[in-house]
Amino acid sequence: MSENLKCSHCNKPATVHLTQIVNNKIIKVDLCESCAQAKGVTDSEGYSLADLLSKTNLTLEKGEARIACPDCGLTTADFRRTGRLGCAACYRSFVTLLQPVLEDMHAGTAHKGKIPKVALSRQTSMAKLNDLENALHRAIAEEAYEDAAKFRDEIQACKKAAEYEAIQS
Amino acid sequence: MIESIINSDKAELTQNTKKGAPVVLSTRVRLARNLVDAPFPERANMAQRSDLMARCANQIADLSQMKNGAFFDVAELSDLERQVLLERHLISRELCDSQSGSGVFINKDQTCSVMINEEDHLRIQFLKTGFSLRSVWKQIDRFDSSLENELDLAFSSEFGYLTACPTNLGTGLRASVMLHLPGLVISNNMDKVIRAVNQLGITVRGLFGEGSDATGHVFQISNQQTLGESEEEILSRLASVFKTIIDHEINARFKYLEENCACLLDQIGRAFGVLKNAYVLNSNEAMNLLSLMRLAVDLEMLPEVNRSDIDRLFIECQPGHIQYVAGEGIEADARDLCRAKTLREEFVQLPALDFDKVNKLG
Repeated sequence: MSENLKCSHCNKPATVHLTQIVNNKIIKVDLCESCAQAKGVTDSEGYSLADLLSKTNLTLEKGEARIACPDCGLTTADFRRTGRLGCAACYRSFVTLLQPVLEDMHAGTAHKGKIPKVALSRQTSMAKLNDLENALHRAIAEEAYEDAAKFRDEIQACKKAAEYEAIQS
Repeated sequence: MIESIINSDKAELTQNTKKGAPVVLSTRVRLARNLVDAPFPERANMAQRSDLMARCANQIADLSQMKNGAFFDVAELSDLERQVLLERHLISRELCDSQSGSGVFINKDQTCSVMINEEDHLRIQFLKTGFSLRSVWKQIDRFDSSLENELDLAFSSEFGYLTACPTNLGTGLRASVMLHLPGLVISNNMDKVIRAVNQLGITVRGLFGEGSDATGHVFQISNQQTLGESEEEILSRLASVFKTIIDHEINARFKYLEENCACLLDQIGRAFGVLKNAYVLNSNEAMNLLSLMRLAVDLEMLPEVNRSDIDRLFIECQPGHIQYVAGEGIEADARDLCRAKTLREEFVQLPALDFDKVNKLG
């Protein structure tokens, strides 16, 4: 078996064959004697395939879909070149590309930490207020005054709640 | 512009006299945060960068933690001033090299700095001398929460805090300690330690982060992963790794002392002599000599009160600091004379080394 395998770095015949489990995946690498030495592979105590593979983490597959972020215009090629995203919306735009990258990079792919509760609730109530104000304008334009009065009351309640929250925090 | 930073008599890393400890120089925690409605700094145009900096600067200036703090527009700082802030670990190399529209807030005792338009919109950092992951985390968590009251941060329930680079995604948290590890280096065990902790998703770097070498036997050790674990989990995993490394360092020192006591004491004695008498000292040599002096304090050959002097000199002997204090733009050769002079003046004030205590130990 070993005669057929070539070193994954320099194409010389591979004599060192490594198997490691990284993030629950079995990873195999074949190396020639000199590459194995150079990479420190022969020291079985501390060697990690994860290090060897880390450089290829961001290299994405050929023929993948060309995506551009609608918010900032970042393309797949930009992301591949820099390894960085352009804006918050990129995380939605490139989610399928990111998933495998994140799996290799982190302990998990779901956030388990702190949540900015105040900022989020402010963002939600701002969005709600916005919707209500739009509805109010529409109701007035359509001369649906009963609806308009209802929306006006809701807007006032919403603003009061926001003020109360601001005082609490 | 930065006189107040250099001349401060309250700066945590250079003036704190109380909390020095063997092995651990300092603890730092940083959080990466972005605003929801602007492209990340690298992708933003000049107008967007300036607008974001103005918005954030207003909010940060109002925070109680920044009372009597200072704001610096990076574009207005000279190269030398940037280097001094870098050497004090108050800004990053990336911010030093950044285009205009970047800035940094530094609080009064230099325990907190907030970089604006670095890789992310905001990079918040808290640091303290000694080993105090928990208390530094508590401080930065509180600061982050008060910022969140004023600014809409980019956050998704799935991925957490959204960052320019996916390596910081989730918690955006990077916690590090600066460890002084002469025992592990001298006994040739450092490579083994580095490989072992790498397996655990923990990174080891030199004194000034990525790509810097470990002069003075000082290493910066931090978590690599930020997503999939809570802040608590990251910190407690790190804390246990740090404690293990510290134990290994202490063991390595005892073992070395047992086997090579005379050799080590001779090295320390000679280093003390050189620091007191040298006329030319480059930065590398100075760091390595100071490393031996810190070890001398750990071994009780020098009084504990002098630990903070040595820690301060680790920073004040960096090239930028020497040049800044000398005033004019001086060449590297002249810097080495200034550095040696500074060190002579400091070390002549120290008491003689006490070899007896160590001999009793051995």
